[in-house]
Amino acid sequence: MLAYLIRRIMIMIPTLIAISIISFTIIQLPPGDFLTTYVAQLSASGETVDQAELESLRTRFGLDQPMYIQYLKWAWNFIHGDFGHSFEWNKPVSELIGERLSLTVVISVCTLLFTWAVSIPIGIYSAVRQYSWLDYILTVLGFIGLATPNFLLALVLLWVSYAYFGLSIGGLFSPHFADAPWSFAKVIDLMEHLWVPVIIVGLAHTAKFIRIIRGNLLDELRKPYVVTARAKGLSETRLILKYPVRVAINPLVSTIGWTLPELISGIAITAVVLNLPTTGPLLLSALMSQDMQLAGTFIMFLSCLTVIGTLVSDILLAWVDPRIRFGAREGL
Amino acid sequence: MKEDHTSERQLKYLNASTRRLIWWRYRKHTLAMIGLVSICGMYFTAVFCEFLAPYNKDTIHLEAIYSPISKIYLFDKDNKLCWPFVRQCRLELDLEHYKATVIEVSGTHFPIKFLVKGDPYHFWGEWKWDRHLFGVEKPGTLFLFGADRMGRDVFSRCLYGTRISLSIGMIGVLMSLLLGVTLGGVSGYFGGWSDGIIQRIIETIRCFPSIPLWMGLSAAMPPHWPALKVYFAITIILSLVGWTDLARMVRGKLMSLREEEFVLAAKFIGASDARIIFKHLLPSFMSHIIVSVTLAIPGMILAETALSFLGIGLRPPITSLGVLLKEAQNVTTVALYPWLLLPVFFVIIIVLSFNFVGDGLRDAVDPYSR
Repeated sequence: MLAYLIRRIMIMIPTLIAISIISFTIIQLPPGDFLTTYVAQLSASGETVDQAELESLRTRFGLDQPMYIQYLKWAWNFIHGDFGHSFEWNKPVSELIGERLSLTVVISVCTLLFTWAVSIPIGIYSAVRQYSWLDYILTVLGFIGLATPNFLLALVLLWVSYAYFGLSIGGLFSPHFADAPWSFAKVIDLMEHLWVPVIIVGLAHTAKFIRIIRGNLLDELRKPYVVTARAKGLSETRLILKYPVRVAINPLVSTIGWTLPELISGIAITAVVLNLPTTGPLLLSALMSQDMQLAGTFIMFLSCLTVIGTLVSDILLAWVDPRIRFGAREGL
Repeated sequence: MKEDHTSERQLKYLNASTRRLIWWRYRKHTLAMIGLVSICGMYFTAVFCEFLAPYNKDTIHLEAIYSPISKIYLFDKDNKLCWPFVRQCRLELDLEHYKATVIEVSGTHFPIKFLVKGDPYHFWGEWKWDRHLFGVEKPGTLFLFGADRMGRDVFSRCLYGTRISLSIGMIGVLMSLLLGVTLGGVSGYFGGWSDGIIQRIIETIRCFPSIPLWMGLSAAMPPHWPALKVYFAITIILSLVGWTDLARMVRGKLMSLREEEFVLAAKFIGASDARIIFKHLLPSFMSHIIVSVTLAIPGMILAETALSFLGIGLRPPITSLGVLLKEAQNVTTVALYPWLLLPVFFVIIIVLSFNFVGDGLRDAVDPYSR
């Protein structure tokens, strides 16, 4: 197990380097560097910019050096917790992202748990009672859930709750808690608001998981060992829960790797619609105002979350399924 | 094969080509057939939208700003059934509440007519015409989906938006198909170090949450680019992420197929690698490619909708469904004018149809399914 763990962590390093290069490229993509933006801002507010001062700034930020040196410098600072400076907010990036990133993590984990909690029982039910009317209803609902993009669902829900119930379901906190320091009451308040984004982001994945579990379980139920168990007189509930279900839910663990990026994507755009204090809206505004240091850091961190998520899923899978620990990992 | 007791039916089955067999199996799938019909309808709409839409997408009706959905009447004032008509509308200014509402004026009737004379348009940018499939004569107005903040007909704009959204899906998928088949083909056929590098690239791309990555790339486009250039840039950005799934599928198939005898035979004859890949290997998993492509198109369309909705995708004057939905971004606007949300249904129907067709095809091309 330890050897597998070390090997798995070693594989992560080149991936992380590649991700950092792409993130750095995104920071550098817009024409001009951030000093150009800075100068534009200053001249917009009527101040004149001294050319000599500009040159000194340029040297100070290392903008006169070749690109790979700039990259190495950026990466070095990044490892040491200095993510650069946000020009839009005039604050270090690290001050801006901390809470938003952790809220993103909280929502993703809650969503993942929600999708599991809902899809496993429903998937089992649809497989065991195949072609019952409830199975049909759930299948149709699942298709609609799959086809509705989550930001549009958020939009429609927002409108329905606003127009018919006079409620605003946006945000993650009540107004008087928004800027308050963390306390027990604030956590309770967060819990009261959390379910809306969790359901919206989780719906499509719940639908997908239900289909996976249903399909797998249907395959398993036809296998001879189920017949044997039944012939031995095992009760139906125990029989299904004990053997076929355990095999059928295996893909849920093994797909965390690609579920997490999709969840984070979904949260990013749903957050813009629902105006949640997570990474999405800030990333969007940073991109709009070409505040690339902030945007690049966000993209870098969101991708790192995925890499870590994949690591966790692999460890879980190796723990659940001993074949993976010893053999080469094929396919995934 | 031919025996005396084989009935005509069996003979037909035995002589049928693979394509015909797939079609027979596909036809049994009700949802997939519904999806196929609706996709054909969508593409038909996309091709002929100038003619099918009652108005041009940029025709401004200043007297019908935020006009609600037109009421179509079937009974005249004597309560007798008659040809459907709409009543004339007028903009009412409420100076106390700073609101403009469109109200109906009873009296003048405008019957709905076919091949009615309306806004002149250039069909496919070539032939000038001014007839529309249906509509009402001026000064009457027919807004099936209401009108937006500039008094433009939302229904017509939806049809034009369908054209752009579908074309983005097509072009984006074609590009990712090109990338995916080439790179997946190299990776699966040659193996070795090229396989290693390509697999690492795919893994890295898949680590990125797609929407933040797309956001970053499309926000990097200079704002002064013309709308058409933005359109192509967006399709390229979408396919940059989309090719990885196809490449993995192609690689997996090639790896299992390249050990088959017919490949060995082709090699002995002296066929080049390119010939083996394109002539012998590709046709044997063409059906899988088609399934993957069908299932990839809705993802592209949704991604474009999301980007345009956020304001970093396509820009007016190019009208996609996402650009239309951008108007509905503000919940207070939507609460007052809920018909601005109607493009959502176009998106859902497109995505659902593609998913149904993809699922049906997957079942039909799988020889082991019943």
